[in-house]
Parts: sequence; structure tokens; C-alpha cells
Amino acid sequence: MAINVKTVVVRVGGEAGEGTVTLGEMFTRVAARDGLEVYTFRTYPAEIKGGQVLFQTRLGIERVLCEGDAADVLVAMNQQGWEENLNDFHPEGVLVYDPDAVPHPETQGRRSYPVPVTRISKSFNFARGKNLVMVGALAWFFRLKLESAQTAVRKSMGRHADVLDQNLHALEEGYHYAREHFPDLFPYQLPLPEKPAEGLLLSGAEAMAIGALNANCRFFAGYPITPATTLMETMARYLPAFNGTLVQAEDEIASINMAIGASYGGLRAMTATSGPGLSLMVEGLSMASMAEIPLVVVDVQRAGPSTGMPTKTSQGDLFLSLYGGHGDGPRFVLAPDSVKDSYYQMINAFSLAEHFQTPVIVLSDQAMASRMETIPYPEEICGVWSECLERILPTPEELAHDYRRYRLTENGLSSMATPGTPGGMYLAESLEHNEYGHPNDSPENHRQMMQKRARVVETARKHLVKWDSVARRWGVEDAQFGIMGWGSTRGAVREVMEQLAAEGIAIEALYPHTLLPMPDEAIQKFLRGKKAILVPELNFSSQFARMIAHRYYRQLDAQNTHVHMLAKEEGVPFKIQEIYKAARQMIQAEGGD
Amino acid sequence: MARKPNDYKNPVKPIWCPGCGDYAVHAALMRAFADLDLAPENIIVASGIGCSSRMPGFFATYGFHGIHGRVLPLATGIKLSQPDKTVIAVGGDGDGFSIGGGHVPHAARRNIEIAYIMMDNSIYGMTKGQASPTSPRGMKQAASPYGTVEDPLNPLLLALAYNTTFVARAFSGALKEMVEIFKQALQHPGFAFVQVLSPCVSFFNTYDLYRENTAPLPDNHDPTDMMAAMQLAQSESPLYLGIFRRVIRPGYSQQMAELQQGVPNIPPAELLERYKR
Repeated sequence: MAINVKTVVVRVGGEAGEGTVTLGEMFTRVAARDGLEVYTFRTYPAEIKGGQVLFQTRLGIERVLCEGDAADVLVAMNQQGWEENLNDFHPEGVLVYDPDAVPHPETQGRRSYPVPVTRISKSFNFARGKNLVMVGALAWFFRLKLESAQTAVRKSMGRHADVLDQNLHALEEGYHYAREHFPDLFPYQLPLPEKPAEGLLLSGAEAMAIGALNANCRFFAGYPITPATTLMETMARYLPAFNGTLVQAEDEIASINMAIGASYGGLRAMTATSGPGLSLMVEGLSMASMAEIPLVVVDVQRAGPSTGMPTKTSQGDLFLSLYGGHGDGPRFVLAPDSVKDSYYQMINAFSLAEHFQTPVIVLSDQAMASRMETIPYPEEICGVWSECLERILPTPEELAHDYRRYRLTENGLSSMATPGTPGGMYLAESLEHNEYGHPNDSPENHRQMMQKRARVVETARKHLVKWDSVARRWGVEDAQFGIMGWGSTRGAVREVMEQLAAEGIAIEALYPHTLLPMPDEAIQKFLRGKKAILVPELNFSSQFARMIAHRYYRQLDAQNTHVHMLAKEEGVPFKIQEIYKAARQMIQAEGGD
Repeated sequence: MARKPNDYKNPVKPIWCPGCGDYAVHAALMRAFADLDLAPENIIVASGIGCSSRMPGFFATYGFHGIHGRVLPLATGIKLSQPDKTVIAVGGDGDGFSIGGGHVPHAARRNIEIAYIMMDNSIYGMTKGQASPTSPRGMKQAASPYGTVEDPLNPLLLALAYNTTFVARAFSGALKEMVEIFKQALQHPGFAFVQVLSPCVSFFNTYDLYRENTAPLPDNHDPTDMMAAMQLAQSESPLYLGIFRRVIRPGYSQQMAELQQGVPNIPPAELLERYKR
């Protein structure tokens, strides 16, 4: 009997270092090749070998919005992969397992499909190919084409030419074994489109790197840190092909100072890190604010405090990003809310950094950076839903007479000369300075310069009002109830909204992409007339909800709007049902239906 | 028309105390710029924090007065973005060998083409006299009223151990020799480290000590001989002045440019195609 569904959650549990992630990724690639939409989630131990890995891929006929909740299909490559997922396994789910690693699974009525991958791979002396045997079997179960699987393996494993043939062999063995032993239709089936949709399959980290390159970023300095390393590695592969430079620095302090130096020298420059690294960069951020240096800093958040859980996701660095820094320096903070948006927000980040000569922090997180997603080709955003802005260089007139790098102007913006330009010689200063960049600590000068830097933010805010990309609002317009969030939780919220809409509940949602400067107009409009809002976020102290409650307290008080905080700091993303329940509880508590 | 040292001077009055050794370094650098006929717009002087780190503000060139201890990464970023410019890092012993000590080996390891002028006064001057990493053991100051119990670092020996390709020592009381060393350092195609004995007249005046206790390197010193350089760098009496080491190794920005030339360009549209599902 086939189960009629629009999406299927396939979860793989296995030992780290045994190709478990490769299994999940290869299967995902094959499915995407044959036209299914995919969305993955992975969690892995900090150890390279040993420890348990979970790789989840959710397949769909239409665009998949989040990684989903319980597993529909559980692929157990070892005993632990079976046992620890039992509590999160759909009652009608299907178990696919290696009978030599999981001897007697008690499935409580669920159907099970033993595929002896250890035995099969050993039969042709390629024990480590058991993951590819499983990919082959899964390809058959979902009726994916063997040719697609072969192409996918060739494409992504071609670098390991010495074992490519063996891997292909393993794939084929698995496929044929499954076809021979399980000829009947697999319970979960998704119809494959006749013509697969055009589009991309990539991770959030890759999307950010490509966004940065397309925004003409030509300098990257970084220090390896989980989970931001993939971004650095992607930049390392491509930057030289764009005549750009990547430096693996000695630490994060060096990284940000190198990026600041390169930006001063005229290149679009960035660094990427995670929480502990961002802590080290805070002094550099403050300098970039003071010396008015364009700079993009990506924070791929992980669970803290301190070293915390390096491989687990979190949204706990919001306060650090917004407020971390001595002495009131201006900065921008952007929060992409999907893999696709990660690409767009990197382009926006460079526009803001360059034009407004201000550091920009872009907040991603472990789950969003490491997950793969099928997305449509990105569209042109410049002039469509944001602007592509350039650095302001001095005019020949300015250079000819009395050039002032930090000229006090009405909108706060002053031109920035590139070294090598005659007449533009100036001092970039971390001390408070006058219009020429020379130190000056008079009360009058300090007041004027603080106001100049603050005016830059106000100028930016005026620009941003015209950008559709500053916030995403959807659902039933002006409904009494709302959900507000930021970043990677949006996918789960979208599904909750669909569920509530199907039940006839009027609710709408708002996800700001620009957190500094806050898009006040969009948020105040959204809040207008709301009885209550739910703010789900992956941190312990409800940082975003507190910021909203604090910044808009007048409006919230006047309207008697209640802010319901839903904080989760466990290292893993929200389940759809967690947000759904909280939304239901809010509506009930507030006297809705 | 020949360039003159004053072409590189701006009207800002240095903050240094009268008699500070840093005046001589400022003057010697401007003389070296003029002798090498460098256009002011093609010079970038970067620094960290401290008395000597204020120097970029006294030149009519491009400058960057950054944060404490980070002049080498800052200057590295500048050089990589402007590889054809002359990039100079300046600062003191606290900036370079205390808070910034972790960056020196990496600048040396990369052999980034910058000249690093480290003005060593063996004291924290800007914060009004505390022991620095090169202060002699037993120094009594407000923050060490009973005398320090730490031994001083030897920056030259460290630079040599880091395999720095150009290592030299100058003294603010020997201007002519300092100019010559700076000219060599500015032309070195790699990381050039110059320790300048630059006394602090207010908190640790070592002029007389250095006048009596410095001597030029022996005429027969071979700057490619690492062991000889290390031996001479360990001498405390006399403190040798001159170029201890000079060897040629490929510079960092040069190698980065070569690396880029070796990688085929990718049109942006093609980049996305690589991620086609």
C-alpha cells in the first residue's frame, strides 16, 4: 500500500567517518537530479572519526520549506542509528537497515527493508563502499534512475579517480540487489516530474560564497572554525579564479585586521567566522566603524556560550552582533532566512558596506550554512528589490584642493580615496579625528563626528525603506495574530502558516532581513492592530523578542499587544509542531478561536 | 626635480617629548623616501597603538593608525590589495612583541613584502612608564614597584628564529646609518624587520647607555649566515648595529599573484552552473 504524501523525510543514522554524510549527500543529489525538490539537515559530532552522524533529507514534489519533523524513512547503518531515532520515527514509517549492523530491530509494526550492505560491499572487497551500496538501494526504492545516480556519483566523486570505478560498482550492486529482492512498490513514492525543473543544488555556505563573489568580493581572510569553514573553503577554491586573494590568517583578530587593510586598499573584503571568532573580532569591528572602513563579516552561529557545541546550530549571537563593541559605533546586521536569501543578502551586505563605509555582520547558522537545498536560479536583485551600491570615491575637484576624507556632510557620507591616488593622501584613524583624519579629542569635534557617523545610518535607513528585501511579510494581511522571527527558522514557520491557513486561522508573519538598522516602518505596520505575536527563535533568552519588545514598547503598550516568546536552545532547529503548538496556545490564550 | 625629505612631512606637530628617539626615525624615513624617489601617494604607513605608532599621522603619505598590536595583519591586508605600493609598518616594542607578538612569526613565515620598523624603547611610554617585554629584569616602575622578575625578550633573535629574510638593528643616535638600513629594508622583496633602539627620554633614557654600548657589525659579517647572525644578535655588549641577515625568498604578494595567474578565470554565470542540480 502506498502512502500518499507530498514530502518524505529520509533520515540516515550512522557512524562518523564511515561515509554516512556522503551517503545522505549522494542520495540527495540523485533525487535532485531526477527532479525532486530537496532540503537537508545534518548534525555531526566534533570528532572526525567516531561518534554518531545524522543526515536528513526531505524530498518533495514542490519546493521543500524545512527539514521536517519525524523520519518517514529511517536508514540505520548501525545499531545506534536505529535506537536513537526510535522516538522520532513516524508510526507508519519504513526502516531500511543493514542486518549485519542492526541484528533484530523491533519495528513495532513498521515495515522494514533489510539491505545487507556490509556483506555486499565485502563480496567485492570494497568494505568502505557500503554507503554507496545503500545509495543504490535507496535509488531503486524511490524509483530514481540508475543513470542519474551514476552521473551524480561521477560528478561529485570524480576527484577520487582511483576508487571511482569501485564506488560506481557499489552503487550498481545496491541498486540491483534492491530491485531483485524488493520488486514491489516502496510505501513512500513521489512521482518524478517528466522534465526536471531548472535550478541549483547547493548549501547555504556555498550560496554565501557565490553571492560574495558575484558582489565582487576580492579579498577574504579567515581562520578555520566550525561551522564557518565551508564558506572559507569555497572562497579558497574560487577567489583565485576571480583574481582575488584568500589568506588563512593566524587567528580571527588577524583575519579582521587583514580584511580591514585590504578594504582600505580598495578591495571588497570580508571574513567569516563563528561565535568565538566574532568575540575576538569585536575590537576590529569597532575600529571599522570609527575609521569608516567597508567590511563584511559573516557569523555562522553555533551553540554557546564559550566553545559550546561547535557542530550544533543556534541563533545566540544576535545581541553580540547588534550591541557587541565598545563606544557606540555604527554597523549593519543582516539576517538571511534561507539558502537562496543567503546569496541575496551577501550582495546587499557588500552594497551597504561599500556605500556607507560601515561594517556589516551577516548572521547565518550551522543548520542553514551546512544544509543543501534545491533552489531556483537567483534573480537579478539590483534595482529590482534592492540597489547595488558602490564606494564613493573623491572627485577630481576634491582631490585638487583640500581633500578631507572625513568631511562633515549632510548625509554623513564622505568620499574615500584609494591609496595611489595623488591628492588623496589621508590618515585612516582609530582615534577620534577631524575631517582630515588627524586625531582630535575636543568636545566639539567628538560630538560632530559621532553625529556624522550616526547620520550615515539614518541615510542608509532612508535607502532601505525602498528595498523590498529588508523584510518578508506573508499570510493574511492585518490578521490579529502574528509570527515574527529572523533567520533560518523561517522555513518551519512557513509550514506552520500553511497548516494554520488550511485550518482557516487568520495569521500573518514578518521576517526582517535587516536587523540593523531596524526596518521600523515595516515592523510598525505589521504590528498595527495585532492582539499578540509569537516570536520563535533558537536561543535561550529570546534575544529578538526582547529587542522587539524594547524597541516598540510604546506601540505594543498602546495596543495592548502581547509578545509570546518561544525560545529553544538545544542545538537543533525547530520542529514544525513545536511552533505550531505555540501558535495554537497563543491564539487560545488570547481568546482567539 | 629631486624629492626632498620635507615633501613627505605634513603640518601636524608630533606628540613626542623633546628628545624622543622617534623624531630621528621619522626624519630617517623621510630621508629614505626622498633618496628612493618614492611618490608620496605610493607610500602607505600603517601602525598600531603607542607613542611611536602615532608616526603615520606625521607623514604626507597614505596612513592607517589602527588598533593595538595588529599592525602586521593590517599592513598585510594593505599590501595584498596594493602590491605595487611601498607599505611600511611602524610601532613599538609593546605593540610588536607583547600584545602583537603572535603576528610577527606569521608575517615572517609569509614573507610579506613590508618593512616593519619596531621602535624599541624598552618601556611603555604612552601609558606613562610600565615595564615592556624588552625591559631589563628588575625594572622598578609604578606597575612594578618592587622590580620586575621577568627576563627581556630579544626581538632580533626571535626575528631570526622566525626565518625573517631581512633583520637589522639601528639606533636613533646614529641617523646616517639608520637611513641606509631603512633604504635597504624598503627595497627588500620580503618581510624586513628593523629594530630601532629609540630611547624614551621621559621614562627610560638609554641614550648614554646605547652611545657607549653600540658598535657596527663586523665588516666581514656574511648576512646569509644564519648562525653568525644569531650569535651576533645575542651579544649584549656591544649591541651591534647593521644588517644581520639578508636572504631572498619569494614574497607573499608575488606568490599570490602567480597563484592567481595559474588558476583559469571563471565567468560569474558559469560559477552558478557548477551547482546545477
